[in-house]
Amino acid sequence: MNLLQLSLLEQAIFVSAALILFVSFSLLAQRRLVASIHAFAWQGALVAAVAALVAAASGENHLYMSAILTFGLKALLIPWMLHRLVRMLELERHVEQLKRPALVIMAGAALVIFSYWVSLPIGRLDMAATRNIVAISLSVVMLGLLMMVTRQQAVVQVIGFMSMENGLFLAAVAATHGMPLVVELGIAFDVLVAAVIFGVFFFHIRENIDSLDVDRLNLLTEKEDDKP
Amino acid sequence: MADYLNPAAWIFAFIQALLFAAAAPLLVAWVRRVKSRLQNRSGPELMQPYRDLYKLFGKQAMVSQNTSIIFRAAPYIVFCTTWLAAAIIPLVVTQLPTAAIADVIVLVGFLALGRFFLALAGMDVGTAFGGMGSSREMLISALAEPAMLLAVFTVAMTAHSTNLSSVIEHVLNSGIILRPSYLFALFALMLVAVAETGRIPIDNPATHLELTMVHEAMILEYSGRHLALMEWAAHIKLMLYGVLIANVFFPWGIATNFSTSAVAIGLLAITLKLILLAIILAISETVLAKMRLFRAPQYLNLALLLALLGMLSHVILEVGT
Repeated sequence: MNLLQLSLLEQAIFVSAALILFVSFSLLAQRRLVASIHAFAWQGALVAAVAALVAAASGENHLYMSAILTFGLKALLIPWMLHRLVRMLELERHVEQLKRPALVIMAGAALVIFSYWVSLPIGRLDMAATRNIVAISLSVVMLGLLMMVTRQQAVVQVIGFMSMENGLFLAAVAATHGMPLVVELGIAFDVLVAAVIFGVFFFHIRENIDSLDVDRLNLLTEKEDDKP
Repeated sequence: MADYLNPAAWIFAFIQALLFAAAAPLLVAWVRRVKSRLQNRSGPELMQPYRDLYKLFGKQAMVSQNTSIIFRAAPYIVFCTTWLAAAIIPLVVTQLPTAAIADVIVLVGFLALGRFFLALAGMDVGTAFGGMGSSREMLISALAEPAMLLAVFTVAMTAHSTNLSSVIEHVLNSGIILRPSYLFALFALMLVAVAETGRIPIDNPATHLELTMVHEAMILEYSGRHLALMEWAAHIKLMLYGVLIANVFFPWGIATNFSTSAVAIGLLAITLKLILLAIILAISETVLAKMRLFRAPQYLNLALLLALLGMLSHVILEVGT
């Protein structure tokens, strides 16, 4: 398949998908908590843009609905909730020390190559012209997973989890023109409820260990000098 | 592909190289002027870099007695390699014989050769500043070069050629097409260009602030015609990156034959593109502050990541099955 055979709309879908991948990388390397939330909001907006572009390119009107839903939820509501949480937890100026950022980025690039290799057979299926995006969405999922593994801060781990969901949604939209609306609504509320529950959990974690550093959950005593 | 036995084409290539060297100080002056206007200063006149060069060529070149032949040879080598590299890039016309005999890898090689001698000359005098500047320059270039090569390879993979003329003609012929790989390669190349030409987040070309300078530290001991050649080479290098970015990613307007009207349009187009690029550079230099040297690897890692993503998105999204 050649890019020349695609319409300008479909090319725009490819560009947005590539930008989503870039935002995933910037989430992976972002030290500041508030900036991570903003990057996550941008990712949600780009996913919504992909849904809208796919709707425009394929003429499937129900995708406009899910684009609006995604934009409202992932680009506005959830980032706003996270922002409010961060403000209530007084973490606005929190800067995390990343362990070996360059190595994490390289691992991320390796994961992208792995996702491409895994999803090569999908390219041979007779699906939508935008099926190549499946590799991108799989890498967004993998990068979200990597982010949850490498970070210690609980809020950032939740952002990684949510960006994994973005990747899944991208795959559904790009490869099969979206899921049935009932399923989409279900997932949307799932994510929303998850965000609320995570918020409650943050307060519990902080009450118990005085910090949101998840690594400290492994410690058995509360004494500071036990820390390595 | 250009015919490299055509004498008219060689004359054109020669004129174009001369034009490159003659226009480079003007571009630098324009960047300075826009920048000073943005900062509410009146700024120097557009002819000022020419006057500076003229003045420096007229002055006696002082050479320390501790230096070896390298110190005296380096300005000529740096100037010649930068100029030769500039001659490879199609400025107004694509059908260049110089672009046919040397591709983009040669371009990177020329720049690396020039940088090597620049760093040697910085160390040759034996002053602390020169050595410090050289070590910083090598740190930056060691990180910037892979990013630049990756960005260039991304573009070359789409065109199936590393020859700049063919790349530009390929982009011209494929019409308006949104490529995610080009987007990433463009941003990567812009970041690399800023780092390599010593512009603001990496190095400040306007000051001799002792602790932070990179390029200025290496040429601190030069005077007279040697200094003029070094400065001129730096001007050409800035223009080289500008033309490379403008003509590879936005080639519209460039002449593909030697007819007068096409060449006139090409000249006008490249002038407009460079004016716009210089304004973007001036704005970014006004908005950004200079980074600490230890943050330069992060900045260049971003460039490398962008170039890598460009290549990956080319393979994943644009080639397909």
